[in-house]
Amino acid sequence: MTRPLLEVRELRTYFSIGRGGFMRRKSVLKAVDGISFSIHEGEVLSLVGESGCGKSTVGRTLTQLETATAGTAMFDGRDILNLTHAEFRPLRRDIQMIFQDPFASLNPRLSIEQMLAEPLFIHRLVRDRSEARERIAATLELVGMDAKSMNRYPHEFSGGQRQRIGIARVMILTPRLVIADEPVSALDVSIQAQVLNLIKQLQRDSGVSMLFISHDLGAVRHISDRVAVMYRGALVETGEKRQIFETPRHAYTRKLLDSIPRLEKRIA
Amino acid sequence: MALLDIRNLDLRIARGSELLPVVQGVSFAVEENETLGIVGESGCGKSLTALAIMGLLEGSAVRIAGGSVHFQGRDLLTLSPEERRRVMGDQMAMIFQEPMTSLNPVYRVGDQIREAILQHRSMSRRQAHDRALDLLELVRIPDPVRRIDSFPHQMSGGQRQRVMIAMALACDPKLLIADEPTTALDVTVQKEVLELMRGLQTRTGMSIVLISHDLGVISETCDKVAVMYRGRIVEQASTSTLFSNMSHPYTLGLLGSIPATDHDVEWLDAIPGRVPTLDEAVPGCAFHPRCFAAKGSCRTVDPGAAAVSPAHFVRCHFPQGSSS
Repeated sequence: MTRPLLEVRELRTYFSIGRGGFMRRKSVLKAVDGISFSIHEGEVLSLVGESGCGKSTVGRTLTQLETATAGTAMFDGRDILNLTHAEFRPLRRDIQMIFQDPFASLNPRLSIEQMLAEPLFIHRLVRDRSEARERIAATLELVGMDAKSMNRYPHEFSGGQRQRIGIARVMILTPRLVIADEPVSALDVSIQAQVLNLIKQLQRDSGVSMLFISHDLGAVRHISDRVAVMYRGALVETGEKRQIFETPRHAYTRKLLDSIPRLEKRIA
Repeated sequence: MALLDIRNLDLRIARGSELLPVVQGVSFAVEENETLGIVGESGCGKSLTALAIMGLLEGSAVRIAGGSVHFQGRDLLTLSPEERRRVMGDQMAMIFQEPMTSLNPVYRVGDQIREAILQHRSMSRRQAHDRALDLLELVRIPDPVRRIDSFPHQMSGGQRQRVMIAMALACDPKLLIADEPTTALDVTVQKEVLELMRGLQTRTGMSIVLISHDLGVISETCDKVAVMYRGRIVEQASTSTLFSNMSHPYTLGLLGSIPATDHDVEWLDAIPGRVPTLDEAVPGCAFHPRCFAAKGSCRTVDPGAAAVSPAHFVRCHFPQGSSS
């Protein structure tokens, strides 16, 4: 088998909570406590678990939004946890993140064109504005948006359209690894389905590797090749999607699957 | 006679000088000991319908423009707020999605439950305290004697929702309206809370109106279902009838949008487009721009509610898979 694109070994991310002081102990929150997994080229691995299990911290640590306490994460042969911010910068194009609300961290006064052009210029992927516009138009169409929407502003779009634009902002950089953290959980049911289909289609067409972080077991089954189940900072079970959903081995995985409300399906 | 009987409820929201319809011609009935589910996406009018039943729209931009809400035989909409409080009294209670926003963060949960009891019942503080303990036990809060002195932030989301349920049950209501009660909870906790609600219903015989965007939750919990789209009930039937004989293209679309967990589906049958905003007028059937079955008349004529079978109503010119 080929070498994995991303190989995470014994990753730990701890947070200290509360102030220490005379005769007071600082307590440590072990958000991620020694997890290991790998993602191959073109593969989708899901990280599934309940709130507070540490799954988002894994994604945030891998993109240097949090600092790892211990462990290694080999990406394309380099340990990305032990790079300075300056050394990590060129890798940002290769490792991109899709958030639950893509616009929460973006300037609402930028047009969609400005928003999508910014990373293109930062990473020097285009020479001038007309080249950028061409690329933006093509990417918007790829995510099912009208190219003309580049002249509009974030508030003019619905939640589903915003997420499509968020996905465009990631895909326009042709990354090698996408980390998607609850990308559809803020959307209505019918819009979730559209966006899940879109992510699956784009992943297949581009062959990008993906870490899909979600609490939604249905979405996880729809999108992934392999699944890692996380509980209290640790992975309790990792396996092929069908194995996890059909013959779960760990008691917690069984409890999760057993908790999903069943749709009544009767044949009249 | 049904416990709750709603006929042709019309709600409008004030937008500048205009009154835009947000709920139109909504009718349903809830019998004693029965659970009705209202399912739909955000903006479909399901929460506004609940607030109208509870009389909680006063002071908001939403007006009741028509219809009736009969509870135990009396139309609540014709009563003054004082009369309404007397008739409804302690017979109706409501719980919401996020218990933290409904609980007061600076009071101990026991005090808040006692207050709910003493609002409606004359008893000593000692008796109210004992009743609060009983309620915490009823909703299966572990170690109630200790937890009664906890503050909301010291409890988990699931425990807070149990406290809200305890408060709602303080006076043995005949009707509990639960608006997305488990949406903010983890799936394992959701299961426990839904089981708790079912168990309490068996014990007390109360009726429940459960509002949810989740067809799975509705399917597991409700006796009958009303599906809402853009202010109207587009399909209504018993849960078993609905799931065996879905007729409205929107209901089918909702079901097709949910990724299965028990088998693999290559692509989801997503509903195209999005829900039109309030100020976008849609002629004909409000769903036609997104509907796979839309034909000529759908674009011009708004379909009325028609029976596909007894007690199965659908608002569609071309209902799917009718059993006739």
